[in-house]
Amino acid sequence: MEKFTTLTSVAAPLPETHLDTDVIFPARFLLLPDKKGLGEQLFNERRVNRDGDGPRFVLDTPPWNEARILVTGRAFGTGSSREQAVWALADFGFRCVIAPSFGEIFFSNCFKNGVLPIVLGEAEHADVMAKAEQALPLTIDLEAQEIRFSDGRAIAFDIDPHRKRTLIEGLDEIGLILADDQADIAAFEARQREQNPWLHLTREQLTFFDDVGEELR
Amino acid sequence: MTGRTLYDKVWDSHAVKTYDDGSTLLYVDRHLVQEVSSPQAFDGLKEMGRRLRRPDAHVAVADHAVPTRLRNQPLPDGLAARQVSRLVDNAKAFGVPYIPMNDRRHGIVHVIGPELGFTLPGATLVCGDSHTCTHGAFGAIAFGIGASECETVFATQTIRQTKQKRMRVWLSGAPGPGVTVKDIILALIAKIGTGGGFGHAIEYAGPAIAALSMESRMTLCNMSIEAGSRVGMVAPDETTFAYVKGRPLAPAGAMWDRAVAEWRSLASDADAVFDTEVELDVAAIAPHVSWGTTPEETLPVTGAVPDPAAETDPARRTRLQKSLDYMGLTPGMPLRDIAIDKVFIGSCTNGRIEDLRRAASVLSGRHVAPTVHAIVVPGSAGVRLQAEAEGLDRVFRDAGFEWRASGCSMCVAMNDDRLEAGERCASTSNRNFEGRQGKGGRTHLMSPEMAAAAAVAGRLADVRDLGN
Repeated sequence: MEKFTTLTSVAAPLPETHLDTDVIFPARFLLLPDKKGLGEQLFNERRVNRDGDGPRFVLDTPPWNEARILVTGRAFGTGSSREQAVWALADFGFRCVIAPSFGEIFFSNCFKNGVLPIVLGEAEHADVMAKAEQALPLTIDLEAQEIRFSDGRAIAFDIDPHRKRTLIEGLDEIGLILADDQADIAAFEARQREQNPWLHLTREQLTFFDDVGEELR
Repeated sequence: MTGRTLYDKVWDSHAVKTYDDGSTLLYVDRHLVQEVSSPQAFDGLKEMGRRLRRPDAHVAVADHAVPTRLRNQPLPDGLAARQVSRLVDNAKAFGVPYIPMNDRRHGIVHVIGPELGFTLPGATLVCGDSHTCTHGAFGAIAFGIGASECETVFATQTIRQTKQKRMRVWLSGAPGPGVTVKDIILALIAKIGTGGGFGHAIEYAGPAIAALSMESRMTLCNMSIEAGSRVGMVAPDETTFAYVKGRPLAPAGAMWDRAVAEWRSLASDADAVFDTEVELDVAAIAPHVSWGTTPEETLPVTGAVPDPAAETDPARRTRLQKSLDYMGLTPGMPLRDIAIDKVFIGSCTNGRIEDLRRAASVLSGRHVAPTVHAIVVPGSAGVRLQAEAEGLDRVFRDAGFEWRASGCSMCVAMNDDRLEAGERCASTSNRNFEGRQGKGGRTHLMSPEMAAAAAVAGRLADVRDLGN
């Protein structure tokens, strides 16, 4: 995973609230097989007049079409668990999303993809949104847990220490568990087989699936 | 020591270890695998040369992208066919049981998990799908995860989590005629908002819960995510045990007795403390319909479309106007005047046998309005076969509904079942988000009875007005 240390960019202002993952990445594109290229479908339904005349969506409007930070309204990324919403944001170029609140699954998914979601209180959020609208650059310093403005002011943000570390070091979570916790997992399983054996399907129970046919293709 | 909640008890019994920062490595007993959230996870495993820690803890089925018609022939070549093929190939390569779409065990993950006895009380269960909270109806900790987390579960059978706060939703009273658990959960979401359960694991409790069937409890827990909570649970009781007993993958014989004894101890202790308490008198709830583009934008069907001009908070006013613009509604218009084009009965929220029975009881001897196109999509092949054995398919067909095969269908619109731009649908699904049922489509959420009533009336209708 790409490491996240500091990031300086203009921030795209998207003040709307309740932008659920269906709006961020419409379901019909979930059939696409790869993570790469999904940025093309990001906020698809909002991006009318992408190249033509008429008012364009903020992400198709310079300088925000190059933004790497998104500032948006509360309840961002609620709804469906589709990680495609994060892949599409990352593919478009976003490494940081700032909002007053997030959908929980979306929030978790961000950290698996090197994207930093920042929760801000109302006043700080309004401050950052104003800077975004003025197209003034922001610097996100993850180590210092600070958002710095071009006028030298800074505001602090909270982050879970473990998640901070995974982002800064670009850690492979699976690798970490496999390296550090395998013995504990094995011991747990042995204990559970003893105490709650019904939670482990037996070979005999699994014969239930023996007669499933082939998928038609 | 104060008492523990249901959530605490299941959590504690699955804690592999606690890290320095207070987070927990949680053991995962069950993983339901579907075609949309698994391909990238399997790719990740292949790339790193990793195997599944326990292939017997997973079951795979394609539910999102499959068509609900022409199921006895191969999928037409295209993206959906390729997505399903990838699941078939991955399941085979990694040794996971796979249920094909024309199999008697096929269905939406959240319908077949319980049907097969794969879902058990006191277990932990995950799936790359946000409606995994459905399985909490059995007293399991069940939650939706992303594709990367699916990969973690495949490789380690665990997931690192921080414990949620506990919320108890206390439901008292008895629902009036025409009022179902769908109305209760919609009323709850309207009351606490789509962020009301944020950071919490919800336990639904109280006298109204004891009276609910497992199907109803699943509908209730299913929409916890729409209230912002990934986890919604009900303590297992006799109703739960009666449902689980005899299911193909459930314990049997002496093992059954042992399991039930354990499951009886899971209920929250009398002195357990919840971080947040919410109370709802279900006797006061009328049938609900959503009018906007988030599930909290829901009102009793007797109400009218809200007026943004009456909203004092500017952010809320903007949001409200946006919803009305998308939904093509006029402030002040009675909800019962809203004409519909389509009706969808199905989904992991309301695609079970009881849902079909109740919708059919409204439709019996009636016909769908000539302006309406209506489909019913059973949540599983098991539900479809049961309904056919009871003659419900005849009732639906005679009323003018199309009778389809199992899948997510028009709840997520990844197959051919979708709304066209501007079309309006009375739907028993769970999300009224913009474009959820198709680009430009407009969704009104409601119970199966209310959807049946809307189909007959050709507009949103109060099922209580239909009489017998």
